[in-house]
Amino acid sequence: MIELKGLCIDLGAFHLRDLTLNIRDGEYFMVLGPTGSGKTVLLETIAGLHSVKSGVILLNGLEVTQTEPEKRGIGIVYQDYVLFPHLSVIKNIAFGLRQRGRSRKEAEAEAGWTIELLGLSSLLSRKIGTLSGGEKQKVALARALAIKPKVLLLDEPLSALDPETREKVQQELREIRSKLNQTIIHVTHDFEEAVALGERIAVLGNGCIMQVGTAEEIFCQPKSEFVARFAMTRNIFAGEVRDGGDEGAIVDMGGISIQAVTNLRGHRHASVRPEDILISTQPFVSSARNSFMGVITDVVSKGSTVCLTVNVPPDFVCLVTRRSFEEMELRRGGKAYVTFKASAVNVF
Amino acid sequence: MGGDLTVLRIFKDRFTLTLILLGLVLLLFIVVPLLKTVFTSNPSVLFQDPDIARQVRESIWLTVYTALISTAVGLILGIPLAYILARRNFPGKKIIEGIIDVPIVVPHTAAGIALLFVFGKNFFAGRAFHAVGIDFVGTVAGIVIAMMFVSVPFLVDSVKEGFKGVDPRLENVARTLGASPRKAFFGVSLPLVWRSILSGSVMMWARGVSEFGAVLILTYNPKVAPVLLYDLWVGWGVKYALPFAALLILLCLVVFIVLRYVAQRGEKS
Repeated sequence: MIELKGLCIDLGAFHLRDLTLNIRDGEYFMVLGPTGSGKTVLLETIAGLHSVKSGVILLNGLEVTQTEPEKRGIGIVYQDYVLFPHLSVIKNIAFGLRQRGRSRKEAEAEAGWTIELLGLSSLLSRKIGTLSGGEKQKVALARALAIKPKVLLLDEPLSALDPETREKVQQELREIRSKLNQTIIHVTHDFEEAVALGERIAVLGNGCIMQVGTAEEIFCQPKSEFVARFAMTRNIFAGEVRDGGDEGAIVDMGGISIQAVTNLRGHRHASVRPEDILISTQPFVSSARNSFMGVITDVVSKGSTVCLTVNVPPDFVCLVTRRSFEEMELRRGGKAYVTFKASAVNVF
Repeated sequence: MGGDLTVLRIFKDRFTLTLILLGLVLLLFIVVPLLKTVFTSNPSVLFQDPDIARQVRESIWLTVYTALISTAVGLILGIPLAYILARRNFPGKKIIEGIIDVPIVVPHTAAGIALLFVFGKNFFAGRAFHAVGIDFVGTVAGIVIAMMFVSVPFLVDSVKEGFKGVDPRLENVARTLGASPRKAFFGVSLPLVWRSILSGSVMMWARGVSEFGAVLILTYNPKVAPVLLYDLWVGWGVKYALPFAALLILLCLVVFIVLRYVAQRGEKS
C-alpha cells in the first residue's frame, strides 16, 4: 500500500499542494490531469527523484519520504521509454538485477519470467535503436518489472503508441495487474484511457487533487467545473440552485430553469452528459422533467453518431445515432426538442 | 533558408555565391600553407645529420607522451567538473564556466609566467611538490602542466556538452532500478559520452602537442617539438625547419583524422 499525506512539492514551475492519496495493494490507480499539471513530477517524487517540501510518503506503512530512490523498490516507465541506448535489450532488462549483485547469467535467468510475460525472447540481443515504439515500451516494462517493484509507476505509457499497439499494451497492462497483483500508478491526460484501465482515478489540476473516485463517480458526478470539463461533460452551466418544493431543486440559469435532484443550494454548476439528452422534433409526454425547444446550430458527424448543438439558449450539446439523425431528418437551422431527466443533471 | 546547394541555385542567388566565395578564401588560407609545407619539403633531410635526427626523434617522443600525460590528468580532473557543470545548477556556475575558458584567451607566454609563479621552487605549490620530489622548471612535469593549462578547456567544454546531451532521466531510471549515484554515473552516463570524451581528448592532446609559449617559459630543455622547431628555425633557417614543420603537421593530421574517423564510426553504430 502506498500513501501520500499532505504532500507539497515545489519544483521550478510546478507547485503541487496537499496531495493526499491512499492506494491499495494490487490496485490499478490512475492520475488524470491536463498536460503541465505536474503528473510526471508527482510520479518522480513518489520514486524518490525529487525532494518534497512537506508531507510524507508511506510505502507498506514505512515512511520513505527521504529514502534514496535506489532503496525504495519502485519501478518507473516513462512515456518515451528512456531505455539505456548503449545496452542491448537483455542488458536493459537485467540492469536492475545486476545492481543487486547478481552475475550477468544469474540476472538474465532471473529476468526470464518478465521476458516471457511480455514476449520479448526474440529481441534479447537487439540494440535499442532498432526497436519499434511498441517493442521499446515492452522492454521498458520488463526492465521495471524485473526488480519486482512494490509499486509500478507509468508515465503516459500509451500516448506515444499507434491505436493498434495502444490497444495491445492496454491488454498487457491489465494482465500484469491481474497476474502479478501489481500495484500500479498510471498517469495520463486521456480520460478514456483512465476509464479503460483505472479502478480508481484521481484528477489532478491547478496543483492539487480535485477529486478521487471510480470512473463512474468522476464521469457522472464531477465535483467541480474542472473535473466536469476534463471528464468530457459538454453541457456545463452556472446557475442559482433553489428549492423547488415537490419538484426537487430548480437551477436558474438566466434564460431557462432546469429541474435537478440535489440538496445543494446557492450559486452552483450543473452538468448534463450529451448522451443523456433525448432529441425529438415534436414535444412528447414522458417522465423526464426537463424539455426545451431550440434551434440546431451545429451538426458534427462522428462516424456512427452525430453531435448536435441545440441553441435554447443556452447551447446544449447532444449525441444521436446516425440512423436517428437521418430518420428524424434533423438539419442545421431546424427545430428540435431537448429532453432530459432531473436525475441526469449533476449539480456541483 | 536551408537545403542542398545546387549549381543552378548558387548562380541564381548572388548572396549564396558571395558566402561560398568568402568561405572558400578562408579554407584556402588554412589548407594552402599546410599542403605547401608538406609537399615542398623532404623530411628525410632531418635524418641525414645524426645529431639533428636524434633531437627530432627525442623531441617528437617527448611531445607525444607529455601531451598524453597532460590529457590523462585533464581527463581525471576534467570529467567530474564537466559533469557537475552539465548536471547541476548552482550560484557562480557561469563564473566557473568562464574561468575554465580563460586559458584560451590568455597569451600563452603569460600563462607560462603565471604557472612559474605558483609552481616555481620558491612558491607554495612548487615547494609542496618539491617536497615529494616533483619539480616543474626544466622538467617533463613542467611541460605537462604547461600543456594542461592551455589545453584543458577544450576537453572540459567537449565533455560538458556531451553530458548535456545525455537525458538525465536515464540516470533517474538507473537509480530507481537500484543503482547508486556512482553506479548510475559509471554505468549509464559515462559510457554514453565516450565520443565527446574522445574528441575532447584529441583536441586537448593536439593543443598540447602544439603548445610553445607556456612550455618555453617553464621548460626550455628538454625540448618539445615546437620549441625544437623554433630552435631549428633560428639556428638553420628553412633547411631543417621546413621539413620538421612538415613532419609535425603530418603527425597531427594523421592522429586527428584517425580518431575523428573512430568517433564518427561510433556515432553511426
